[in-house]
Amino acid sequence: MNNPARNPQLNADGELQHLLTLDGLPKNILNQILDTAEPFTEVAEREIKKLPLLRGKSVFNLFFENSTRTRTTFEIAAKRLSADVINLNVATSSTNKGETLLDTVDNLCAMQADMFVVRHATSGAPYLIAQHLQATGRHHIHVVNAGDGRHAHPTQGLLDMYTIRHYKRDFTNLTVAIVGDVLHSRVARSEIAALTTLGVPEVRVIAPKTLLPSDIERMGVRVFHDMKEGLRGVDVVMMLRLQNERMQGALLPSSQEYYKIFGLTEEKLAVAKPDAIVLHPGPMNRGVEIDSAVADGKSAVILPQVTFGIAVRMAVMSMLAGS
Amino acid sequence: MEQLDANLLARHLVDLIRPTLTPDTALVGIHTGGVWLAQYLHRELGITQPLGTIDVAFYRDDYGSRGLHGKPQRSDIPFDVEGRSIILVDDVLYTGRTTRAALNELFDYGRPARIDLAVLVDRGERELPIGARYCAHTLSHPLPAGSSLALSQDEAGLFSLRLLHE
Repeated sequence: MNNPARNPQLNADGELQHLLTLDGLPKNILNQILDTAEPFTEVAEREIKKLPLLRGKSVFNLFFENSTRTRTTFEIAAKRLSADVINLNVATSSTNKGETLLDTVDNLCAMQADMFVVRHATSGAPYLIAQHLQATGRHHIHVVNAGDGRHAHPTQGLLDMYTIRHYKRDFTNLTVAIVGDVLHSRVARSEIAALTTLGVPEVRVIAPKTLLPSDIERMGVRVFHDMKEGLRGVDVVMMLRLQNERMQGALLPSSQEYYKIFGLTEEKLAVAKPDAIVLHPGPMNRGVEIDSAVADGKSAVILPQVTFGIAVRMAVMSMLAGS
Repeated sequence: MEQLDANLLARHLVDLIRPTLTPDTALVGIHTGGVWLAQYLHRELGITQPLGTIDVAFYRDDYGSRGLHGKPQRSDIPFDVEGRSIILVDDVLYTGRTTRAALNELFDYGRPARIDLAVLVDRGERELPIGARYCAHTLSHPLPAGSSLALSQDEAGLFSLRLLHE
């Protein structure tokens, strides 16, 4: 890259070129994405749920890690924008035969790819692809990070911001609590970055010490280890999924014990504001991090999150392809 | 450019449309100036069908070169388009590309019986085979290249036409 100090996600004109992380993404771009997503929500109500913006473009879903929901919502978003969508089941293809990530990318570029939606277990993989495209002068090809390792999941963070803005309107008077496995969560990192940039005055995290990164307080959040203390007076509760595989290590005693202390029940939620909303990125583990009565209750906005997620991904893709 | 009284032109447009109205007719304004004008026409003509609004940002033919710009507005078509008589309302008719985009968008809601176009000012220099059935004023001379003519509305609801140079 010519100017290494430049944000790798933005082009020379300051427009979004790739979406890799919400950390360091300027507030005006965040707001532009949320504003652009708003009119896209209406498309779902039409007879013909299609817009011509990405007509003739090829979007490659490169999922090196399984995720049915994220892949599906990206696919729907791209199809509603009239793009051709190619899903690569990478787990069963050429990488297993020894091909490197960048060789895979070069081959897909030779098939006239216009956009890559990348999910990878390794933090930084989407950035590596973006850098490679930049270094080889292929500025017209865009990368969207659909979740990389423990690093970032920017479209999930954005759809959460869209959901909060939809119900609460203004970020600058909110108290938001993020609950659960922050240590392993790329969603939590993206949420904290976006909430901070958008001016939320108090972001809390509630988790056992074993599920928090050691430098958590440097991220500008207040740390709680007790649900009732942490949830007191909050406007927004953002639940994280407890990944079952974490139970096998020494991090947690058992899912029953976790539920007892950190599971979101109506009783624990009662100390939050009466109009508090509850978000969850899915898939939910009922009876582990969240009780069914809350998941299906009046505070939950979990299904609207999914619907808004399509509009937010349409906004991101159409901003990228037009940059 | 000749001096134009936008409020007189809007009044004139009401008179042009009124004789052809049917109980079934619906108005759709194109953001932003076209929506203000459509709100005025909707009121003055006593139209019973709810007013529709569209933003053609997602249908523009220059997206490939210019991308999305500005803040797109939500389109709102609060009636069934299928079989409906629609009058599309815009402040200024120029190349015809905005009208083309609006037509494409409307057809994604259904198949209307007919669509007519109503504009305050036709500034000529069409690039597509599009014409307005209702037009309050046609400019006699082309405007300088790169200039744009657009409607604005003050707090009292009064219209004015403004010529902007890029």
